[in-house]
Order: sequence, then structure tokens, then C-alpha cells
Amino acid sequence: MNKYILSILVENHSGVLSKMAGLFTRRGYNIDSLTVSITDDPSISRTTIVVSGDEQITEQIVKQLNKLIDVIKILELSPQKAVSRELALIKVTLDQNTRSFIIETVNVFKGNIVEMNAKSMIIEVTGDEDKVTAFIELMKPYGIKEVVRTGLAVLQKGTEMY
Amino acid sequence: MKAADAIIKCLEKENVKIVFGYPGVPVGPLYEALRKSDIEHILVRHEQAAGHSASGYARATRSIGVCIATSGPGAINLITGIATAYADSIPMIAITGQVRTDLIGKDVFQEADIIGATDSFTKHSYLVKDAKDIPRIMKEAFYIAKTGRPGPVLIDIPLDIQNTEVEFEYTGEVNIRGYKPTINGHKGQIKKAIEKIKGSKRPLICVGGGVMSANAEKELFEFIEKSKIPMVHTLMGKDGIPSKYKYNIGLIGSHGYKYANKAIAEADVLMLVGTRVADRATGGSKSFGKVADIIHIDVDPAEIGKNLSAHIPVVGDCKKILRDLTDKITEIDTKEWLSEIAAWRKEYAKTRPTNLKVNPQYALELLSEMIEEDAIVTADVGQNQIWTSHYLDMTHDRRFLTSGGLGTMGYSIPASVGCKLAFPDRRVVAVMGDGSFQMSMPELGTIRQNNLKIIFLLFNNSKLGMVNEYQTNVYKNTYGVELNENPDFVKLVEAYGFSGKTVNDNSQLKGALDEAMKSNKTFLIECIVSADESTL
Repeated sequence: MNKYILSILVENHSGVLSKMAGLFTRRGYNIDSLTVSITDDPSISRTTIVVSGDEQITEQIVKQLNKLIDVIKILELSPQKAVSRELALIKVTLDQNTRSFIIETVNVFKGNIVEMNAKSMIIEVTGDEDKVTAFIELMKPYGIKEVVRTGLAVLQKGTEMY
Repeated sequence: MKAADAIIKCLEKENVKIVFGYPGVPVGPLYEALRKSDIEHILVRHEQAAGHSASGYARATRSIGVCIATSGPGAINLITGIATAYADSIPMIAITGQVRTDLIGKDVFQEADIIGATDSFTKHSYLVKDAKDIPRIMKEAFYIAKTGRPGPVLIDIPLDIQNTEVEFEYTGEVNIRGYKPTINGHKGQIKKAIEKIKGSKRPLICVGGGVMSANAEKELFEFIEKSKIPMVHTLMGKDGIPSKYKYNIGLIGSHGYKYANKAIAEADVLMLVGTRVADRATGGSKSFGKVADIIHIDVDPAEIGKNLSAHIPVVGDCKKILRDLTDKITEIDTKEWLSEIAAWRKEYAKTRPTNLKVNPQYALELLSEMIEEDAIVTADVGQNQIWTSHYLDMTHDRRFLTSGGLGTMGYSIPASVGCKLAFPDRRVVAVMGDGSFQMSMPELGTIRQNNLKIIFLLFNNSKLGMVNEYQTNVYKNTYGVELNENPDFVKLVEAYGFSGKTVNDNSQLKGALDEAMKSNKTFLIECIVSADESTL
């Protein structure tokens, strides 16, 4: 199974996300991650969906999504031709012995400490999926309380736009 | 004017003559507007029938059917009709009332999320949140329903919106940036298809319902006449294709003719036109078009490669594509291939023994002989559907309407209502079983109220015949399929002021059909068939 990144421009109406999500559910497609947000044009939202599957399944997903009237355009992005970023917030347990090690790791990963108290801190890390995953793995021994990941936001490289 | 008046005005602008519906408080303003308009409203007896009647009307007239239901249960009852139309790509507008905007999401009386409930059965849907949007939404809805691959569009309108004052203007082009159906076939693909066909020795065309949706029968025949390539068809492809046409081999699929399936298996180039080659058409068979190079012509790109991978896909309107193909094709030498198929046809020809009660083959062949060439026949779902698909002789103007994709029982009666209202002067016959009759029996009231003259051909085996046969084959036992406490069907239709006759053997059939055809009211012919009568 391969990973495919679909960047989808949709009408910014209520109900569009539910139509897309419903399509995935009833046709048995799996979503690895999904992000939705408004674009520079307030009437358009961009949805980035990462799916796993074979080529044929992905082709069907794209075709079925294209049938939705509110879907304006779909671009299938290959990881090589795109820049992808994910943001994660990680709440890690602290004590006197671990604090400096954690801060050092955060610096190596160019993360930010966005909240800290005597017993825990919240770290913000941005990067591609692998970097975020690697950071979370490194934090595990210290004791992770909670993690939230945004899912991938992806744009095609180069001057081309759509 | 009130938004409700604007909605009805939009329907008038779209040339809607008849709507099928069932009122309730949340469509109150709409009905008041309807009362003042020239549009005829047909009160059905169950919202599901409003959907089927609108869909029968749409297919018969090749225009758009319109149905209306109230909020909550009314809208939900409509779902089967919408889903049936969706599965057969029938253009339809479903208008539903919704509770007041400020009450949406509060689970108030007769509130249901009909948009959510029908998401997977509609081509598109709208919840009207601003009355100003009504003309645009109505225009888009009609455009979406009839263009590209046709299908049902639902418009959900809250009560308060219907009462809002709006300015009415119904002009302007429809421009939906996410919806631009492909019309012209790709020239390169058409060229490739022509080359492939020219090099073939055993070419075959498989016709689906899409040919009828595109109004492309004439173009199909022109292509066939010029190329001399034979054709087979799916269940949905039977409508509009004369059975005795010399290049028509007949119905394929799990319930098709053996020789037609054999032709598919042996063809070297298979040209699919307006068909998604669903499981029933392929019979789930791996040998379907196995040795053939497949050319797939369809307006819906998502159908290409979904059920069958195509070597040469051509996306677009098949009317246009068939024209382009006809321009470039030359006669193919198919004499040998045709005689081969003719030999299989002889070899596999099967006639039902006629000694058991009423023989369905005899009944349908007799019906075909007796009814007018332009009669419209609807068939229900079950054995009656397969019998009709095998034995109803399609002539040039005859129509055959059935629920092919979803296989919805109870379709034939309300669909026949839609057909009769569309064409009051044409003969309309509904073929059904005792099971399916009882599923849409309430519509006898609609037929009575509108003085419609329809012939019911009811095959009564006091069983759900098709399921009975399946259970017998698979489980060697049957359960839950007996209808042995059936009502007296003739008395039942007499209660509505219609006539009827029970026919126990073949010899009585001609007389009964004669009487039915001469009758000035709806007439039921109840054919008693043996429970052993098989589907195929």
C-alpha cells in the first residue's frame, strides 16, 4: 500500500466536508489524515487528505470526489514534488532530572515550548510527518500525557498554482 | 413575492407540468403557491410512490420528474424513490419541506436531516438558508439533474424561508465551477477506438441505459447499420431497442440469454456504451469480455475502470461520440461472426413448457402481440421482471421501464402512474407479482382519483417467487416467502371501481387481455402461475 496526498479545493459551504467524509465511509476508503481550512479566497476551502491504498483505489477516490458538485479541483501530489508540514502539540511530564534533556531535544528539533509548569510542559513541533513522529518517539521515555497532530498541510513546489 | 411562489414560478419556467406529492404543514406555503399555479399536483398515497411516479414520468417523457414531500417522515418516505432514481440515473427534482430555520438541529416535531440521509443517493442537494438563493438553486438543480450523468437533486426548504418575501428573477447562465460535465469525446481516443474496431473480427456492442438517457438510439442504429456490428444489451438497455432488430442479440448477464453471454465471452473487441457493467450484467463472471479489447464509452468518468478495466476509455455524451464513430467507421466483415452467434442462439434457445397453469412466456408474448406498438410497459422486481425482460417484444416505439440498479419492489404501479399522466393516450401496462402488487397497492387510490386507465398484469404464484427459488437452490429449504393468505385481488381492485379477471390457464388469457384493452377503466389480469415456474 502506498500513501497518496490529495489536495482538494472545495466550495466553502457547510455540508461539503460531510459529503466528502461520507463518500470515504461508504466506499470503504481509509483516511490517514485530513485537514480543512479556508484559502485566500473566502469562498474556497482547501482540504488535504492523505490516503493509503493502491493506484486503482486512489484513482476511484479521485473520480468519486470529482463527482461531488462542490469539489472544484483535485490535485494528486507526490511527496517529491510537494512541501508538506504538520504541527504537533505534545504535553510531556517533567521533573528536575529530565527537564534539561527535554529542552535540549526541543532545540535540536527547532520546537517551541509554549507552556510550562513544575510538572509538565507543552511543546510545539512543526515539520514533515517523519520529523514529528521522530520527536514524539524521543519524548515517549519521559512520559507523554497528551498529543495532538494537525495532519498534513501540503502545497505543490514551484511557481505553478491552481 | 413569497419565496414559495418563487419556487413554483421556477418550476413553471422549467416547463414542469405535473408534480407528485404529499402535503404537510412545513410545505404549506408551497402548496398554497401550487394551488394558484397551472401545475397539476398528483396526490399519491405514500411519498415513496411520489418518487417512483416522478421517475416513471421522467423516463417516459425524457424530461425531469418532480416530487414534493413534507419534512421528517414525509421526506424519509421519499428516500426509496430517490435512491431508485439515482441507481438508474433518472433526472429528478425532489423538494422537501424542512422545519423553521431557528428550529433546525433541535429535534423538533417532524424534523429529519434529509440532506444527510440522502447524501449517498442524490447527485447533489441543497438546504436553502437564504430565500434570495432560490432562483439560483432551482436553476442549478435542474441543470445538474439533467446534464452529464442524470440523477436526482434534492432541495430542502425550511418553512420560514418559504414565507420570506423575495425579488424574482430567473435568468442567467448556470455556472458551477466544480461541475463541468464532459460532452465531446477525446478525438485521439475515438481514433484509437476506430482503429481497434477496424482490426477486429468479432466485434460486439454492449448497450446500457445510458444510450436512452442520452437520447442516442438513432445514433446507435446508424453506427450499427454502417459497421454491421452486432449488439447485446443490459436490463436497462432493453428500453428503446427493438427486440427483433437483426443485430440485437439480446439481454446479457446473470439473468440474460446464454448465447448473449457467450457472444460477450467470445468477442475480440467489446464496445460498452452507456453501461457501468454492474454485477448483474457481468453475472459476476470472470470470463466477461475476457478475450476482448474493451472500449468504454460513458459520460461518467468514475465508471471507467470501476467494474471493468477498459483499454480505450472515451468519456463524453454517447450521442456525440456515436456520431463521431459513425463518421469514421467502415463496414466490418462480421458475416462469419454473426452466423456463429446465430448458431449459438439456435443451440441455446429455450422454450418454457406451456402445460402449467398460465405460462408467463405465453402471457408476455401474447401481451406483446396484442398491445399497441407504442405501449409503455413497466415491470416490477422479482421473477416478473426477468420474465418481462425476456419475453416482452420491444417494437420501435415501445418503452420498458423497470428498477434495474436498485431492484426496488413496488416500482411498477407508481411508475405506470407517472407514464399514464405523461401520455394519457398511450397504452400503459404494469407487470408485477403478487408480492410487488401488495407493496404499492395504496396507489390504486391515486389511479382512481385521477381516472387513469392502466392494465395490471399480475403473476400470482402466492409466493415471493424469486427468493423462494433462491432459497430452494441454496438452502434446499424455504422460509418467509409464502403469500398463501393473499387477498382476492379482483375483488380488491373492484373496491376501487376497477375491473379484473383471474386467468387460470393460457386459453383464457386472450379473452381477458381483449377485455382489459377495451375496458374504459383500470383492469387487473391476475395470472395464476405455478410456484414451480422458474425465473430463467
